[in-house]
Amino acid sequence: MGIYLSVLVLLPIAALLAQSTKGGTAAFWREVSNPEAVAAIKLTLAVAAIVVMINAAFGTLIAWVLVREELPGKRVVNALIDLPFALPTVVAGVVLLALYGKGGPVGIDITFTRASIGMALLFVTLPFVVRSVQPVLLELDLSMEEAAASLGASRLTVFRRIVLPALAPAIISGVALSFARAVGEFGSVVLISGNLPFKTEVGAVYIFSQISNEDLPAAAAVSVLLLLCALVVLGALTGLSHRRSRHVR
Amino acid sequence: MSARAWRLGLRTVALGYLALLLLAPVAMIFYRTFEGGLAPVWSAVSAPNAVHAFWLSIELVAIAVPLNTLFGIGIALLLERGNFRGRALLGLVIDLPFAISPVVVGLALILVYGQAGWFGDWLARGGIQVIFSVPGMVLATAFVSLPFVARETIPVLRELGTDAEQAAATLGASVWQTFWRVTLPAIRWGVVYGVVLTTARALGEFGAVSVVSGRIEGQTQQLPLYVQDRFENFDATGAYTAAVVLALLALATLVAMNLLTRRTRSRTPV
Amino acid sequence: MAIEASNVTKRFGDFTALDDVSVRVDDGALTALLGPSGSGKSTLLRIIAGLETPDAGEVEIGEEIVTNAPARTRDVGFVFQHYAPFKHMTVQGNVAFGLTVRKRPKAEIRARVHELLGLVRLEGLAERYPSQLSGGQLQRMALARALAVAPRVLLLDEPFGALDAQVRGELREWLRRLHEEIHVTTIFVTHDQEEAMEVAEQIVVMNKGKIEQAGSPQELYESPRNEFVMSFIGPVNRLGDSFLRPHDIQILGGWDFYSDDTSTEALIERVVHLGFEVRVELKLHDGREVWAQITRENAQQLELEEGQILAVRLPPPRVFA
Repeated sequence: MGIYLSVLVLLPIAALLAQSTKGGTAAFWREVSNPEAVAAIKLTLAVAAIVVMINAAFGTLIAWVLVREELPGKRVVNALIDLPFALPTVVAGVVLLALYGKGGPVGIDITFTRASIGMALLFVTLPFVVRSVQPVLLELDLSMEEAAASLGASRLTVFRRIVLPALAPAIISGVALSFARAVGEFGSVVLISGNLPFKTEVGAVYIFSQISNEDLPAAAAVSVLLLLCALVVLGALTGLSHRRSRHVR
Repeated sequence: MSARAWRLGLRTVALGYLALLLLAPVAMIFYRTFEGGLAPVWSAVSAPNAVHAFWLSIELVAIAVPLNTLFGIGIALLLERGNFRGRALLGLVIDLPFAISPVVVGLALILVYGQAGWFGDWLARGGIQVIFSVPGMVLATAFVSLPFVARETIPVLRELGTDAEQAAATLGASVWQTFWRVTLPAIRWGVVYGVVLTTARALGEFGAVSVVSGRIEGQTQQLPLYVQDRFENFDATGAYTAAVVLALLALATLVAMNLLTRRTRSRTPV
Repeated sequence: MAIEASNVTKRFGDFTALDDVSVRVDDGALTALLGPSGSGKSTLLRIIAGLETPDAGEVEIGEEIVTNAPARTRDVGFVFQHYAPFKHMTVQGNVAFGLTVRKRPKAEIRARVHELLGLVRLEGLAERYPSQLSGGQLQRMALARALAVAPRVLLLDEPFGALDAQVRGELREWLRRLHEEIHVTTIFVTHDQEEAMEVAEQIVVMNKGKIEQAGSPQELYESPRNEFVMSFIGPVNRLGDSFLRPHDIQILGGWDFYSDDTSTEALIERVVHLGFEVRVELKLHDGREVWAQITRENAQQLELEEGQILAVRLPPPRVFA
């Protein structure tokens, strides 16, 4: 098992780190401050941040409706939430293109725009917050909300002061996973965004083009940077989520 | 606003969002594929490169999934039944494939197994081609689908507890007999669920294999890469047909996941 | 098979579960390890079973040293508090397990399982799954499973702890009868002194990793070696350094009529009716408070009331050095 893990994961990661630091910090810095790289990284982080915010809101809403409401066909809807996990990213890209691109039934064309990146990321990160919040909602003790209501709190207040704090750790952890996923997304974005440098080129696409140009040091450096961003955010948010859940207990 | 109006409003917004984001795309694939009738679909399905892509996908899954299953069960046993320092670290390493962009996975593999990579010379001397060939794709597929069996098996093992295994020991069962007759049957649904997720991920992988395969038509394209290839060659029907195949597999995965949720109790029932 | 544990010590990190413990259980005996939680009784049992290894000391089963032998070679039957059923197997599969892993012929297995299910009164349930059984049935299945391979020794870890009071009573009775029939050396762990007194021939009282006293139920009740044993084995009144059993306090009658040289004056503070027994809370004439336990008939005869002044005869107090 150790050999399997090494051959598959550990060695490649080590090689990645080695390559990105070959030539020292100066070389690393030079690669990541390349204007095109900077634009790609900024775009990726910005869109990912917006997308996860939207996910936090809608994901919680969807989890709420699935847990608390009676719906015909709820099981089907619940199963569909996992579609973005199951569907290959490239298929998602093709399909979003068909829907919201030129000649699509809706009549809008978002190809080659930043909005298209947003749409693609919203699709692939949909399940994370929903699946993170659902089990917590299920376990939530209704009597807390009933007590608050009996003390005169309005529905909004009950939600804001009782339910939301209890859900916060789960929402945060779902956001963390969403963010990590969004930052590295490739397949769904590569078709619909047009990959225009400085405009709609995301980090993963930039890395891909550097690999195609056989500029491995550049690819490695930006890869490590993006990975660090993902890990840092993941770590920080997970820590935040744990701290909050200590209070809730 | 009355309570009823609130709830209706919430439901509508939630379902509307889902319809927009999930249902519409799925409906779209099917619509676009069969738009021109069945004949073009049939010729797209039977195109030699399409067939090759399909079988290559199957081949990759047939190798990656069993390997990851064995590994996943092994790691779960190690973490939950072994005395082991650095458990948290191992857990992190296993979760790594979740945090890394697929493109970066491909890059990392090239850096080790490519011509200019760490093992490049050694492999070349042995006449083994990893990158731009199927073995590289196997590695990429296995990497991205690594964590699932482990992640699904670990909580089931934890919940099971060691009592039954100790009972088996007092009754004279050897370590292997205990594992085979007591532990494995008890965790099987967690494992199966993990296998379903692993398979879905392996089938659908795009970014990592895109990097390591060189995307050579008829040789190193599995289904998702084939979709992109057809798309770039303006063969809409070809692309959509392959996409439909993948979408059907995805829906089958969802059905399997949903049916198994009842059995495992480690996932969220609704 | 006799069991002998000698100078067994076991630590978990900073916590000493067993401190130089030695115990001997005779062949065919039915012994209880009795003590509060944390006393080390379960740990000792598990060390005898081979589910834990001691840091020091030896364990012998039937003159054979088994201290470092793994559980599966020791031929011990073990019954867990929460039954440890193999949930994915039927009752048949569970009970047959020990024989199945020993690769016995199918016909032999079937016959033996049938015999055991009859013994534990679970005939007809062979095809059921553990999830379909009650707690009492599950524990009987666990016993049948342990006995199926004819172990040299039977060990039970708080076997009735997870069951309702009534089922507990039934199974205690049943365990005693089973032992009379099968005569395998049996050790069970409990924190319930009533259970130990009722079922066991020999009781080993443990506290904080040490053995306080070992003996028959009678011996422990009549001649406790120290305060702990006396308080643990039965109800007790503590007066400073001396101890009195509530059952041993005799109520003679009203002070005016019944007092004599041996009696003490006492005021009834409260009379509590506990069904078949009556508890009388008394304040002695020197201000100390004790309570006496008498039968219902006795109470009725005496016509006790709060506020009455009684003559009571106190037993000789027990003092421990």
